[in-house]
Amino acid sequence: MEHHTMTTKYTKDHEWVRIDGNTATVGITPYAAEQLGDVVFVELPAIGKKVTKGGEAAVVESVKAASEVYAPLTGEVVEVNSALEGEPAKVNADPAGNGWFLKLKVSNEAELGELMSETQYNEYLKGL
Amino acid sequence: MRYLPLTEADRRQMLGVIGAKSVDDLFRDVPDAARLTTLVDLPMHAGELEVERQMARLAARNVSAGSVPFFCGAGAYRHHVPASVDHLIQRSEYLTSYTPYQPEIAQGTLQYLFEFQTQICMLTGMEVANASMYDGSTGTAEAVLMAARVTGRKRVVLSRQLHPQYAETVRTTCEMADIEVVDGDAATLDDKTACFVVQNPDFYGSIADITPLSDAAHAKGALLIAVVTEIVSLGAITPPGEMGADIVVGEGQSIGNALNFGGPYLGLFATRQKFLRQMPGRLAGETVDAEGRRGFVLTLSTREQHIRREKATSNICTNSGLCVLAFTIHLSLLGEDGFRKLAALNHDRAVMAADRLSKVKGVELVTPTFFNEFTLKLSKPAAAVVDTLAGQGIIAGVPVSRLKPNDPAAANLLLVAVTETVTPSDIDALAGALAKVL
Amino acid sequence: MMNKQGRPTTATGGDTAGFTTISGHSGLDHEEKLIFELGRTGKCGVDLPEPELKHDRLGGLRRRGTIGLPGLSEPEVVRHFVRLSRKNYAIDSGFYPLGSCTMKHNPRLNEKMARLPGFADIHPLQPISTVQGALALIDHLAHWLKLLTNMPAVAMSPKAGAHGELCGLMAIKAAHEARGDKRTVVLVPESAHGTNPATAALVGYTVEEVPANERGRVDLEALKAKLGPHVAAIMLTNPNTCGLFENDMIEISKAVHAAGAYFYCDGANFNAIVGRVRPGDLGIDAMHINLHKTFSTPHGGGGPGAGPVVLSAALAPFAPLPLVVHGKDGFQLVEDPATAKAHDAQPYGRMSAFHGQMGMFTRAMAYMLSHGADGLHTAAGDAVLNANYVLASLKDVMTAPFGATGPCMHEALFDDSFLKDTGVTTLDIAKAMIDEGYHPMTMYFPLVVHGAMLIEPTETESKFALDEFIRVMKGLATAAKSGDKVRFEGAPHLAPRRRLDETAAARKPVLRWVPPAPRAEAAE
Repeated sequence: MEHHTMTTKYTKDHEWVRIDGNTATVGITPYAAEQLGDVVFVELPAIGKKVTKGGEAAVVESVKAASEVYAPLTGEVVEVNSALEGEPAKVNADPAGNGWFLKLKVSNEAELGELMSETQYNEYLKGL
Repeated sequence: MRYLPLTEADRRQMLGVIGAKSVDDLFRDVPDAARLTTLVDLPMHAGELEVERQMARLAARNVSAGSVPFFCGAGAYRHHVPASVDHLIQRSEYLTSYTPYQPEIAQGTLQYLFEFQTQICMLTGMEVANASMYDGSTGTAEAVLMAARVTGRKRVVLSRQLHPQYAETVRTTCEMADIEVVDGDAATLDDKTACFVVQNPDFYGSIADITPLSDAAHAKGALLIAVVTEIVSLGAITPPGEMGADIVVGEGQSIGNALNFGGPYLGLFATRQKFLRQMPGRLAGETVDAEGRRGFVLTLSTREQHIRREKATSNICTNSGLCVLAFTIHLSLLGEDGFRKLAALNHDRAVMAADRLSKVKGVELVTPTFFNEFTLKLSKPAAAVVDTLAGQGIIAGVPVSRLKPNDPAAANLLLVAVTETVTPSDIDALAGALAKVL
Repeated sequence: MMNKQGRPTTATGGDTAGFTTISGHSGLDHEEKLIFELGRTGKCGVDLPEPELKHDRLGGLRRRGTIGLPGLSEPEVVRHFVRLSRKNYAIDSGFYPLGSCTMKHNPRLNEKMARLPGFADIHPLQPISTVQGALALIDHLAHWLKLLTNMPAVAMSPKAGAHGELCGLMAIKAAHEARGDKRTVVLVPESAHGTNPATAALVGYTVEEVPANERGRVDLEALKAKLGPHVAAIMLTNPNTCGLFENDMIEISKAVHAAGAYFYCDGANFNAIVGRVRPGDLGIDAMHINLHKTFSTPHGGGGPGAGPVVLSAALAPFAPLPLVVHGKDGFQLVEDPATAKAHDAQPYGRMSAFHGQMGMFTRAMAYMLSHGADGLHTAAGDAVLNANYVLASLKDVMTAPFGATGPCMHEALFDDSFLKDTGVTTLDIAKAMIDEGYHPMTMYFPLVVHGAMLIEPTETESKFALDEFIRVMKGLATAAKSGDKVRFEGAPHLAPRRRLDETAAARKPVLRWVPPAPRAEAAE
């Protein structure tokens, strides 16, 4: 699939970021989706919201847990996956694809260097 | 000691298994300085008979409402509760169960909570209701905090006709949360206002169409919170949900629950579907079990403190379980016909009383509309009149000055509540006594 | 004529596998519809006189349309709620070892006393001269609470534990502000009840966590490092949620006070120490007391509770209204700030309308009088003894993370390491306990332990009941380790319901009954 060919980076909080030009698509990793259990609710930010790296960008909830999705990069929210509002199960079914959360217009590309590559992230997971 | 099953032999044997010398030895983590070496200076244990005697002596120093002509309201109302209500809520399975965190063995509690939530939606004309708050006043404070969350604003306006102790509860909560509270009316609303809080029937008993207030609040992007302290009124008057309220809070004590000197009561809390996730308190929801049978669970718990901790919608943990059950049973006994008839009967008696009392010289009815409670302006300070009549075995009502001691205009005002428990001869007795003292 | 027709009277019966009933009921366990599905219009369970009114005074706001409430007769309502009740587990019917909840016996004497008309049928705003007994009872209960905690004051109005926490933190905030001291942070251990951080946030504080040490207690050095001029208070549960006594309490108190902060103690677990340790001797400033735990008022399926808060001399002046005071005309209620000032008090406000949970005060008072100083002392001792007996009996088959640190207090904490590689989880154990006739212990709390199982037997369980429970828990642990999955997979099998789909409930919430859409076809 197309999205696997683009550069995907990861955070320690188990978000993934796919970079396409100046736009970053953000979701949570299969590991995070598995840890949360059945996702029952997703709270997405308003379009136009400015987020800073490490700040709260969205909320994802299962029956017994709630957790923040942190912005992996500083930027402005330009699109959200509103399909998740009606069908939060997509986050479990396809976390790296249809279960994406939001798209950011990246304002500081230098921050990209602070994220993990897929290999680094997999190593990080092994250490948990 | 009748509540303690262990024998001395049991204790010795158990200490042996544990490998401890004595029960005191199990407390060795307590710093020596804090370990009591003697019993606390309080009486020793007592049998049932002795406890009953002591408690009955205290109870006898109170004048129970049922023993005299009785007209107090102001947020707590004396209604007749059918005998089956108290019998049912004392069943072990209700009285001695915990919060239904294990739904497989708590369907009884979960189903009545679901029934209760449905009843509250019906009464208030709202879309969703929770499983109850502590009482009406704390529910009102929670509603104000919720409105601040929903709107992202930190200013609230309270109607001047809101129950003064409800207003104080809201003010205390808001001051601590850095939310500004002002008293006012529709003109006080601005585009920084989170909500307007209005009581209907109001503290003085008056009934108003609150639709213009909803419209005014909505025009400023604020929510309208409607407070109902006498829930029986909703059997007679248009519910707040049909007048544009965004949150309805109420005191449910009137149905199923005794006066109890002010508590425990049950807070009713209902809102619109769109605000569901900002609601405080527990919610029971319908689902199915592994065999496809209908069942109920506590749901949307991620709003709550045990999961969300400092980001929870409220710190509330309990609800008013047994009071809710009493409410649900009583309302089930009443049903549509009974509830409406009860409301009509209350209004009936109140009109009879208002007409009779306002004929007494020195008494003026100042609330032309009312449900089962109205305000009289007396020719003398109401507090002294109430005290005098109490000495004659008549509890005449609540002097407004008790709740508004700093309001000179309140001095002569008397709140009189008349429920179905009040008889025509009670009304005659009050009218006669007032005629003598005024 | 004698009846000579016999019938079989020996126990006979075949295989019940796959057996279903025609009714859908299951013997004593009845399937029960919602009250709305049972009701019909035109019935009522209450007889009321006909109203006579011709003209109403409702200001043109008479309610139109139907409310939708179902109509039922009294026998139908009674049967409905009796049937529902039989689907509930209860302390009266079985052991309820729910850690942190203190599910002890609820004496019926308490219920009888609370229902005396002199307590139940009095109004919160009737003249003070007509409620002297009620105020005396509140004063009397306050006296007991103060003596048992060695604290100088108590705020009686909070309606539950969490409401008491709110009351205590508000008093703390008021005390700081009275000195012009703006502080922003409340310290809360990781193991705390969720209400602690939620309450601190409600009062506008930022929450910072304090780590636990390897002994399951607050890490004193880490705590000291976090103290500073920005810290308003620490909230600490003692005995803590791991069931352990915080043995550094006095040092913690000294450090907290040296930093100008206050010490809030969560008194949820007071039952372990009542009559044996007075929290005031440990240097605390405020503590709520859950009357529904320590003093046996019923849990009632989730409430109502009551949470009076004892206060230190530093916080006492800020206690909320109302105050009960004793004057020349007997007891008086102080209900407004001006009168409070005359009594040298500066209340920060009011927690709720009226004067607190009187119905709970009467129950708690009846319990205290029944036990007395000697009974409370013995009760706390037995609560701790019972918990240690469970801990000692199970720590070899289950795993107790702090089992080696010494005795526990009123509850025994286990983790799930004994289940490693069995495929069985804490949840499975809990649900299997239901099939065995027990209410599960508290699970997955406290958060500091993996797969936590927190067992609080309370003092009202007999040794026989504990031995039975221990036998069953050993059996379950052994079954889990020996690969006996049937007991666990999909448990409970024998409860009124199997596991419920909580995911579906949360994804598409159905929170009320709605009438079925009217049928399209014409009536006959």
